[in-house]
Amino acid sequence: MPDGNGTRRIRVACEVNGNAVAFESVPMARLLDVLREELGLTGTKEGCGEGECGACAVEMDGALVNSCLVPALQAEGAKIRTIEGVAHGGRLDAVQQAFLAHGGAQCGICTPGMILAAENLLARHPQPTAAEIREGLAGNLCRCTGYMKIFESVVAACRAAERQP
Amino acid sequence: MTQSTTARLIGKPVQRKEGREKVTGSARYVDDITFPDMLHGATVRSTVPRGRIAGIHFGDDIPWNEFTIVTAKDIPAKNCVALLIEDQPCLADGVVNHPEEAVVLLAHRDKYLLEEARRAVRIDVDPLPAIFTIEDSLAKKEIIWGDDNIFKSFLVEKGDADAAMATAEVIVEGEYETGAQEQLYIEPQGMIAQVSGAEGVTVWGSLQCPYYVHKALKGIFGLPAERIRVVQTETGGGFGGKEEYPSMIAAHSALLALKSGKVVKMIYDRAEDMAATTKRHPSRTRHRTGLTRDGKLVAMDIDFTIDGGAYETLSPVVLSRGTIHAAGPYLCANVRVRGRAVATNMPPHGAFRGFGAPQSVFALERHMDRIAETVGIAPDELRRRNFIHQGETLAVSQVVREKVDMEKLMNRAFELSDYHAKRERFCAENARGGAIKRGIGFAAFLHGAGFTGSGEEYLASEAAMEATPEGRVRVLAGSTEMGQGTNTIFTQIAAEALGIDADHIEIVQPDTAHVPNSGPTVASRTTMIVGKLVESAAKSIRQSLVESGLLKLDYSAPEFGPACARYIEKCGALKSFVKYRQPKDLHWDDEKYQGDAYGAYGWAVYVAEVSVDARTAETRVDDFVAVQEVGTIINPVLASGQVEGGVAQGIGLALYENVVWQQGRMVNGQMTNYIMPTSMDVPPIRVHFEEVPYERGPAGAKGIGELPLDGTAPAIANAIAHATGIDIRKIPVTPEALAGLMETVHA
Repeated sequence: MPDGNGTRRIRVACEVNGNAVAFESVPMARLLDVLREELGLTGTKEGCGEGECGACAVEMDGALVNSCLVPALQAEGAKIRTIEGVAHGGRLDAVQQAFLAHGGAQCGICTPGMILAAENLLARHPQPTAAEIREGLAGNLCRCTGYMKIFESVVAACRAAERQP
Repeated sequence: MTQSTTARLIGKPVQRKEGREKVTGSARYVDDITFPDMLHGATVRSTVPRGRIAGIHFGDDIPWNEFTIVTAKDIPAKNCVALLIEDQPCLADGVVNHPEEAVVLLAHRDKYLLEEARRAVRIDVDPLPAIFTIEDSLAKKEIIWGDDNIFKSFLVEKGDADAAMATAEVIVEGEYETGAQEQLYIEPQGMIAQVSGAEGVTVWGSLQCPYYVHKALKGIFGLPAERIRVVQTETGGGFGGKEEYPSMIAAHSALLALKSGKVVKMIYDRAEDMAATTKRHPSRTRHRTGLTRDGKLVAMDIDFTIDGGAYETLSPVVLSRGTIHAAGPYLCANVRVRGRAVATNMPPHGAFRGFGAPQSVFALERHMDRIAETVGIAPDELRRRNFIHQGETLAVSQVVREKVDMEKLMNRAFELSDYHAKRERFCAENARGGAIKRGIGFAAFLHGAGFTGSGEEYLASEAAMEATPEGRVRVLAGSTEMGQGTNTIFTQIAAEALGIDADHIEIVQPDTAHVPNSGPTVASRTTMIVGKLVESAAKSIRQSLVESGLLKLDYSAPEFGPACARYIEKCGALKSFVKYRQPKDLHWDDEKYQGDAYGAYGWAVYVAEVSVDARTAETRVDDFVAVQEVGTIINPVLASGQVEGGVAQGIGLALYENVVWQQGRMVNGQMTNYIMPTSMDVPPIRVHFEEVPYERGPAGAKGIGELPLDGTAPAIANAIAHATGIDIRKIPVTPEALAGLMETVHA
């Protein structure tokens, strides 16, 4: 983090993956850097730093955001979920399991953001149409898969959710 | 071999070996790794395309005494990034030859202050005239490299093209162009370096070819091989972009580490990555083709030229592949292909999936559609009359030994895409007017797997395998996983050959201190060439156990571990080491550029269906069928994933990905204005494999990775031509480009 050179530092308290956390930073530090460098949550990736690629996507109060565009001060009081908060007790959730089984991850660098985008989509549309899947993932770029296997993974995750209500 | 009659793991969708780490976010990429007391590194670049460095000015208000500053004079040995030849400096010294050339390196603990400092350095350059196009380079408007600006030229000759052309009943000519394309891996380039008196130089980073980096560092630091160590960290996509450039960033971070005495991390941000690293070579191809009146090829005269940028780097090899693929999967008795790679004052262009072939295949497959129109036969009929068959000779005089059946692939692709019915229906619908024009087009092509000609013989790749007393087997190779599936494929091949479970196989992290040099992870060679070494190594371990009497021939998996334990107890380490041996019947003449260019080819026919909005000139790909024969499929999920991803990159190449240059600099170096396909832009991509086992491949497999880049763009361009009647000669066909063409046609 910047040592500031006299810049004011603020204290931010929030909830990350269900745990209360507090950190100090300059107000405009990127949430992405706070997560990675202060909290050691390196599953959130930086692909472009300008909100285009979605590799840094996290959930904040239930909304999918690009953490490279969120200033740290906005995290005050927020509930944040990163990729590290998706599996429970070492057990993959349905979306992760589907990405693994259906080839939704290749190089893996877009995968954390893509999985959070899929989780967020399914929270809003438990049975998404093909068009809703495409739209729900449109903010997350993948250069490896051509998206086909990611779509398949999302559909498979829905089916798994149907089987286990 | 007494291989089990039914494959247990080959052809099965075995889960990605490192998949769990990737879906949980615990996989460690280079930027996820930190060291205590680590510095960050940054690069100051020329900005002027060509000139003499007059001075370096360090601005005020920066505490420069806190910084580590490196220039060319700090390089311990040779100032060059060794690749094929030694023409590219690691840091510019005296002159600059392109606008992104590195001149000064900086390191500091605080990466924000580092960025301020980078902006405060000014490189004063007395400019010299620069050139930026293939035309200006060939015309020698300025001589900027060697005597004639030509990095490399090839001449492929079969029969007598001139004499045959004189007898041709029909002659069709055409010129075609392709633009630069950015690899756009989502993980930018990055490296961490440590230098110590005891250990020498160690780098960890995102890279495809550990031993390329190793070679470059040896020369720059003047150290023996054992004092250089290169470790690949999890790599977030490469596509060729991390083939040669990582040597540069590894050298830069290591130079800063040497001078500071600390660990230095260099991570490019997206803007720097797009501006400074390599891209696909822009190309210009001229075709002159002689035919009989009924469309049989009589003579092909092809001039293929690529823009290599300011330094040679890999351009000769890219040129070689593009030249060899320029005449396609067709039989023609008289062929001349002239290939040239020329110098311009642009950042060096480099490896990108397909490696020259997508450029020359685009030209050929557009040209074939134009020939069909001129001759007055259907595009598929023209191909049918000229397809190569087993026993016939390709342009490089290679006799095709494989059981190739291009017509079968084409028919299958047409069946899956409903090509004929749609072609007819779209023609009728388009003729009725309306804003949306629909079209369907295809491309037929081949792609050689492995290094060209004597390349594999020269590489002499090595792989090793080691069994533990617990019956676990470790695969040691320098081949890297970058998403394409190396770890999983090697696991399947090894486990199948050993008759054990996939989770008993461990793939050792590529680290030059521990793994042998299995060659670069490029050229669709990892499964076919290195996979075969892995298979042989496994068979050799199996043989050791059987010959020592510890296993019977038809053992079951649970017997393997105890046998390993007994072997190790009795005889010591249970290891095998395999080196590539060129099959004796493969011959290549480097002088004449003739012979067995590749041990095997992938063969394919791709069909694209598009709609073009005549009001906005926007093109959408509505459906895509990719049919190919790449030998046995080892893992259907990974293989179709390779094709789907390659097709998506090909859609980008065809329609969206437009590098805008100004004085040799990319001016749209952001994901905001350099557009790659999103989930909204890709059609259903339907992949079909015709499986013909290749006897020399592991379990019958050939290479696959690059193939899909070759045929996608021309299939789309042919579909656009069908939809609009516009003769597409250049990609990408952006709306701006197509609108311009439409105006010209209708004016």
